[in-house]
Amino acid sequence: MTVEIHSAPHIKADDGVVKIMRNVVWSLLPICAFFVWQYGASALASLIVVTAACLAAEALFLRLGRQSGDLGDWSATITGLLLALTLPPGFPLWMGAVAGFVAIALGKAIFGGVGHNLFNPALVGRAFVQAAFPVAIGTYTPSFMPGRFAEFIPSSLAPPFMAPKDTVAWLLASHVDGVSGATPLARWKFEGVLASSFDLLTSVSGHMAIGPSPLLILLCGGYLAARGYLDWRIPAAVMGSAAALATVMFAIDWRHYPDPLFVLFSGGLVLGAVYMATDMVTSPVTPKGMWLYGALIGVLTVIIRYSGGLPEGVMYAILIGNAATPMIERISQPAAFGANVKRKEKRP
Amino acid sequence: MKLLNFLRGEAFARGVHPPQHKDTAAMPISRLPFAQRLVVPLSQNVGRPARPVVQVGQEVLRGQPLAEADGFVSAPHHAPASGVVEAIRLHPTSGGPWTDSVIVKVHPGSTQAVEWEEPQDLSAMDADQLIAAVQRTGIVGLGGGVFPTHAKLRVPKEFPVDTLVVNGCECEPYLTSDHRIMVERAADILAGVAISRRLLGNPRAIIGIEDNKPDAAAAIRALLPFGGDVTVETVPTKYPQGAGEMLIKTLLGREVPPDSRSYQVGAYVQNVATLASMGALMPRGRGFIERVITVAGTAVARPGNYLVPMGTPLRFLLEHVGAPADSVEVIFGGPMMGQAVACLDAPITKGVSGILVFHGQDLAPRAVRKSFPCIKCGKCIESCPMGLNPSMLGMLAAKRQYGPMAAAYRLGACFECGTCSYVCPANIPLVQQFRVAKQVLRGSEKAA
Repeated sequence: MTVEIHSAPHIKADDGVVKIMRNVVWSLLPICAFFVWQYGASALASLIVVTAACLAAEALFLRLGRQSGDLGDWSATITGLLLALTLPPGFPLWMGAVAGFVAIALGKAIFGGVGHNLFNPALVGRAFVQAAFPVAIGTYTPSFMPGRFAEFIPSSLAPPFMAPKDTVAWLLASHVDGVSGATPLARWKFEGVLASSFDLLTSVSGHMAIGPSPLLILLCGGYLAARGYLDWRIPAAVMGSAAALATVMFAIDWRHYPDPLFVLFSGGLVLGAVYMATDMVTSPVTPKGMWLYGALIGVLTVIIRYSGGLPEGVMYAILIGNAATPMIERISQPAAFGANVKRKEKRP
Repeated sequence: MKLLNFLRGEAFARGVHPPQHKDTAAMPISRLPFAQRLVVPLSQNVGRPARPVVQVGQEVLRGQPLAEADGFVSAPHHAPASGVVEAIRLHPTSGGPWTDSVIVKVHPGSTQAVEWEEPQDLSAMDADQLIAAVQRTGIVGLGGGVFPTHAKLRVPKEFPVDTLVVNGCECEPYLTSDHRIMVERAADILAGVAISRRLLGNPRAIIGIEDNKPDAAAAIRALLPFGGDVTVETVPTKYPQGAGEMLIKTLLGREVPPDSRSYQVGAYVQNVATLASMGALMPRGRGFIERVITVAGTAVARPGNYLVPMGTPLRFLLEHVGAPADSVEVIFGGPMMGQAVACLDAPITKGVSGILVFHGQDLAPRAVRKSFPCIKCGKCIESCPMGLNPSMLGMLAAKRQYGPMAAAYRLGACFECGTCSYVCPANIPLVQQFRVAKQVLRGSEKAA
């Protein structure tokens, strides 16, 4: 007769790391599908190539050893899908592969694998290609182009280490009049043209250079939050603080600054707030810290957008938030039970 | 989920809701027969071991004292059955170490009738006599604390107790023994409450019962006069509601400060089973020789709430309830805080509130126990009832930085409820590491 002995507690909640990660992947699939619907074959190829590059890099570093996690924990898949969603759909595939490899190599593997990284790996990959290929990453194409499932955006298929074909020329020669490859944020920043917030929220009206619908992202994130796999406080703090600062600026000078809804729904703010800033490993673990961290990211995003050289600031805001996380945790430890005793009677 | 909990406005902050598995809740208390030999360890509780007062070969009656208390923080033991003292020798216990035990060979004809008692008039006693009478019963905290009850009842005079908090929460999954005691022995509980109130200066008493036991609350309410000093309050079902500090917070809104005792905020907590034993034994002058124990788990063919004679060898009980003789995991107590039993010859002692028997792999399959690095999900912080940061404590423990754990992250406040380990999706053995850390720190304190 064998007697098993374990140290209490003898039961475990049902949630595991792999289950959490798998649920994040499930919740990303509708967003990826929407992205493919918007941009067609190029978007699909980009999602596949970038994710494959992440998985290949993960497999390589796991084989080299001294890494935590394994290929089946879905973490590299999440990195790949998120990274692809932040890249322009016509981003050359070979550059996407570089981004994916760098995301895992410099974003995760050098820190020791899952659980040890300081920065969101997907954003590390994106920051790398932002610096390495500034033109390609700034070149967007409009969504819902006719024939998007039949042909690739020409820049997608650029041969490795060769400059991509001129997308602007392709756009001018193409099918639709009056479309622009500039993102709504770039158009606001450089041309002073504001897009409709409702169009941005739904992202179904065509010919804008935008990502998946913020509404859909909020729905998918809401599913995760309801399952307890995503902390609602971080997106709430990011969007709340960004909207608050944007409202103040709009009230000060409404001719110069866009309305808060535009700030919320343009660019990658919602995707960043719901899926990037909430990366458990790189965000604070304390509840108070989550509010602080989210607020920092929201405020920084607006400041970078309004006064920086780039139209979009979510990525750098989150990376700075990641860097600040250890400090934020230090000042936001939970209050101890009984530490501040209030001699208040609940009942007579 | 988190948002819902927040809106629901639960009493003490955080905590968890493990599956309850209270399948034995409707099963009436039934007696377990005597084993051939009963093993009564002299050290079963906090404090000094008792001193034997019987000789090897001596005939003893059921209820007769076997060992007397050695000092104030010590409890006597009584013969659980009539028989003959076969030996006083070392015997294995559930925790592993062997301790001196009185072994009683039970007479084949021994009945369940108690044959040794000294009825006494409690109302004529003063406080010291009453405390001595409590000590003579040998009752210790039956909720798992195993601190001698009479010693706990001597509250320092400078701390007036305004509320006797009666703990009927039974927040551990599977366990239903307190539940059955409340349903079947409400009068005994109230008698115990009356004795305790006399000793504490007649404070009001609030009986806190989790809202998953409405029949228990109703059974006690039925005996209470309207508008009396004793009331029943239902509290939310949430683990660890049954921890004294949490129940005080829920019922009174008071927080016991770190390194303090509950009487310092005017509250005194006693478990229902302890009070029921006081109420039943003291007027008759009997000793504590049996207790209600929930026997449950996937490997038990006949689960139930058994009245178990103290000293019954675990192996005998397992045979009686139909637990198989292959690979099992046996737990004394609940699944959250209970202790795995290393030796099936160990006797059942006063502190055992439940006996859970599972097939070797039933509780958590090996695959589930695979440990990941901390992904900083924060679930442990969200559920720690003491407001600690188990994530940080766990990282420090992994690096063996035990000093900062206590100094900067309040390791001492952890009462090892196991909530952090329960929720951890990375399967990090948090509370297990904390136990090691506390032990190391205690060792270095002693050395210093």
